[in-house]
Amino acid sequence: MRPFTFERASSIEAAAKSAASNSQAKFIAGGTNLLDLMKLEIETPTHLIDVNGLGLDKIDATPDGGLRIGALVRNTDLAAHQAVRRDYGLLSRALVAGASGQLRNVATTAGNLLQRTRCPYFYDTNMPCNKRQLGSGCSAIDGFSRQHAIVGVSDSCIATHPSDMAIAMQALDATVETVKPDGSSRTIPIADFYRLPGDTPHIESALERGEFITGVLLPPPTGGKHIYRKVRDRASYAFALVSVGVVIHPDGTGRVAVGGVAHKPWRIGEADAKMQEGARAVVGTLLANARPTEQNRFKVDLVERTLGAVISEARG
Amino acid sequence: MQTSTHLEISRRDLLISSAATVAVTGVAGGAIAQSAGNDMVQTSKVSFIVNGDIHNMKLDNRTTLLDALREHLHLTGTKKGCDHGQCGACTVIVDGRRLNACLTLAIMQEGRRVTTIEGLGKPGDLHPMQAAFIKHDGFQCGYCTPGQICSSVAVLEEIGANIPSHVTADLTSPVALTAAEVRERMSGNICRCGAYSNIIDAISDVGGMKA
Repeated sequence: MRPFTFERASSIEAAAKSAASNSQAKFIAGGTNLLDLMKLEIETPTHLIDVNGLGLDKIDATPDGGLRIGALVRNTDLAAHQAVRRDYGLLSRALVAGASGQLRNVATTAGNLLQRTRCPYFYDTNMPCNKRQLGSGCSAIDGFSRQHAIVGVSDSCIATHPSDMAIAMQALDATVETVKPDGSSRTIPIADFYRLPGDTPHIESALERGEFITGVLLPPPTGGKHIYRKVRDRASYAFALVSVGVVIHPDGTGRVAVGGVAHKPWRIGEADAKMQEGARAVVGTLLANARPTEQNRFKVDLVERTLGAVISEARG
Repeated sequence: MQTSTHLEISRRDLLISSAATVAVTGVAGGAIAQSAGNDMVQTSKVSFIVNGDIHNMKLDNRTTLLDALREHLHLTGTKKGCDHGQCGACTVIVDGRRLNACLTLAIMQEGRRVTTIEGLGKPGDLHPMQAAFIKHDGFQCGYCTPGQICSSVAVLEEIGANIPSHVTADLTSPVALTAAEVRERMSGNICRCGAYSNIIDAISDVGGMKA
């Protein structure tokens, strides 16, 4: 790990200002992903801003009947919260499908959103990777790509976003709430929060330098059946090959977000509109522009079959 | 290697310092700062409680909680396996919750209460989970065992606190204490000897589960 200086942030504004004044600074909350990457010198911040003392660990009802989740709410607490279990079961299910109990006790809501890909070439500093070192090339495209993205990919990067929680947030139309270094705040719909790799795969979100996530807003409950189905190489503590998060209403309408297939949670409104027509119609639209490799072509079928199973389960 | 030099010095410092308070002075940290070519402060002070004793330390910012426990406080019961949060050998309990000590910095533990395997029980005065692991042969080589036991103690508390897991059937009913729940929750602790079935027996015994 490279040496770094350390400060405990005294306020949100101070944290954002400090981060804006040093392009090599990083916020640290749970640290479960950042420290892992710092040990491998994939992340090499020269300054860490510990934000754990800033509160932001509450889950509150909003005036419109939704929920506001503080940025520092731990994954365990979010999954266990009574209102989340009752009204946003998809979110609870996605959270407990991810990581291990030890990691969920520490990992935060904002940190989960911002975790980096687990592409093995991103992790291997001996290999070219445009996300780690822009312009060096992508080792995955002609490498072992079984786990990689099939849609929204570019010639620069076929990495996936690893978060389960973010799939639920996408299906639930969550909004990310931030404060910028100048003190102004804004909200970013989750659909606009993540970026596709294009030719800048090192830029993963809409956040500006120093911009600090303060919380995530959920709209009022939608009702319907909430199901998160994660398909992986072992039954627990593994990243998804594909995952399917759905909310399905009694009339068969609903919404679907898919994980393990793209650089961001994958959801398309036109595909949602076909939920009553069944999995084939939905996935035909959702993955119409898929560009799989030979090794991950199976994911197209796997998404369709997983969604089919989930729709059957919802119908009971 | 700078790291090993640093650890050597830390051990020596430890031997000459008092048992309760360890001041790891900036000898190694200063050398690292110089080699990095700047005079920025790369050490920090932190105080936290380990197994009931308060420790005031000045540490290289990079020191993980795991390395602070093992190399600075000489509590070597907590093990370093993968050092990347994948194996669970470093599992300790902080403020009542289990975590991977390898994936958090020591200087982030200000004011926190850490319980390691040494704090759960001692020879002659074992924690019920330690006794159950012995009774049920819940280990072979023993390397993962401190992490398994810390995790096991916390898992029963998590189930008791109604925290759901991936195998919880109904999110709105109280979580049941079942072997399936325990197995899923223990997936962050790897045992290369494959003592899993005996580990489940030990946890079942302490938790009062039907076999």
